[in-house]
Amino acid sequence: MAKVLVFVEQRDGKLKKASFELLGASAAAGNETHAVIIGENVSGLANECAQNGANKVHVIQDAALKNYTGEAYSRALTAAIKSISPEIVLASHTPMGKELLPIVAAHVDGALATDCTSLQFEGGKLQLKRPIYSGKAIADVEFCGTSLQMATIRQNAIGLPKADASKTADATTITVDLSGLKTKILEVVKGNSARPDVTEAPIVVSGGRSLKAAENFKILEDLADSMGAAVGASRAAVDAGYRPHRDQVGQTGKVVSPSLYIACGISGAIQHLAGMRTSKVIVAINTDPQAPIFQIADYAIVGDLFQVVPALTNEVKHLKE
Amino acid sequence: MNLYVCIKQVPDTETKIKVNGDASGIDTAGVKWIMSSYDEFAVEEALRLKEKNAGSTVTVVSAGPDRVVDALRTALAMGADNAIHVELPENADSNMAAKAITGALKKESGIDLIFFGKEALDDGAAQVPQLVATFMGIPAVTVVCGIEYSGTTLKCKREIEGGSFEIVEVKAPAVISAHKGFNEPRYATLPNIMKAKKKEVKALKLADVGVSSSDQKIKLKNFQLPPPKQAGKKIDGDAAAQAKALVTALHNEAKVI
Repeated sequence: MAKVLVFVEQRDGKLKKASFELLGASAAAGNETHAVIIGENVSGLANECAQNGANKVHVIQDAALKNYTGEAYSRALTAAIKSISPEIVLASHTPMGKELLPIVAAHVDGALATDCTSLQFEGGKLQLKRPIYSGKAIADVEFCGTSLQMATIRQNAIGLPKADASKTADATTITVDLSGLKTKILEVVKGNSARPDVTEAPIVVSGGRSLKAAENFKILEDLADSMGAAVGASRAAVDAGYRPHRDQVGQTGKVVSPSLYIACGISGAIQHLAGMRTSKVIVAINTDPQAPIFQIADYAIVGDLFQVVPALTNEVKHLKE
Repeated sequence: MNLYVCIKQVPDTETKIKVNGDASGIDTAGVKWIMSSYDEFAVEEALRLKEKNAGSTVTVVSAGPDRVVDALRTALAMGADNAIHVELPENADSNMAAKAITGALKKESGIDLIFFGKEALDDGAAQVPQLVATFMGIPAVTVVCGIEYSGTTLKCKREIEGGSFEIVEVKAPAVISAHKGFNEPRYATLPNIMKAKKKEVKALKLADVGVSSSDQKIKLKNFQLPPPKQAGKKIDGDAAAQAKALVTALHNEAKVI
């Protein structure tokens, strides 16, 4: 059993589900699990933390924390660590968490392992595995000294706990000095996509160069929308201009581990496989039976995606009826 | 402007990774080494700034074994003026690397901006830019794919999830980590590659930058290749039959939809 502090991430007053994975995993291991929420007027989110496993919730709220900046949030999280004195600090490997935790690690002289895909607790020690070379290999993390153990965990790598809606939070407030900040957010430009991000979605439908044109991704979007999935792309499809780089899955794009990954017309270059091979179930649809993607597919369909994908969309809609 | 770019040398992304004998790392025999691709955007951005601001210099810094001098020469061939190589053991962690780079940067004076790639293609830790910034006492803005400069004020476009962007204002000196889309990195020309071979690369030992093995906070061990997957299930038939069988299997067997 250890004293664990989880940075629970919110944007626009909405908590990230990935944070619940960490609260749940820590609570399930019997740890004294603390949550810290940082933002403006965020105390109303405390109960949700308790319902997902936090024994205690710490709230740091200030108008200067309305929007995330690494500078302001690192001061807040550092103050929380000094006030709570945890043995372990966890955050999700999100755009916020991956920028924030190294800054905090430098402030508290912590030992940080990022983008871990396996999280266990043993005798107050963190047991972590992390992919390296974008998942072409995997290694165990050893903490060398007695520094504070810190880790960021890949989204979807653990799974969500079962929330207990009857719980209410034991919440306290921590104050932090936010004077003299040198960075500020001028604006947050919202993406116009109604679909989830490839790194967050439980299902990803991805397309390769075989889609032949940007507009042909419509059939993948239809399939994705029928399942609440994200749309991803191979590097070849992104380089051809069919999709923006933010959708790219692979070693020079996003690394994802959804519960279901459907690769359509993707041959499976080594860099692409590195970015999605930790997906729990992989479906490959390709006309070439020799395509490397089939070597890691749980379900293989040798066929024309232009026929199979629309048929799949129909079947999924049928199932949901 | 005094511009600095910190780069890392990594195995080419085509590399088929093999684990070494005692599983403490990868087998580097036959590996082709390249500058990590996000670092190319960082180098390019510094060069463009230099071209717009007469009298500027671009200094590239890399920490690692002797082989990383090749990556420094690539940056010199692209147009960087100076290069610093800091000695660092092969399997050093992010903290030790950041301490070494910080030690080298602290020997310099009047630093305006320090660019990095947003993460390296080998360990993908995405730690060193933020660590160096914090050790230097300056802010870091990461995953930046565009900057509007006005004097010492920078308006950075930082990519976050869901296709959204944060527009972050920061004043120099600052650390910026570069993302794809920032610019189109130039290729080095043959004459510049030849010239770069003759340029001096300043060499610093670990002791010169005040770093020792006690700065290593984590170690990666027991390297393994991902477990081979069981042969998957092949679904035959025409498109309609395949679709029906797949959806049934995903729903009843894999239970993912």
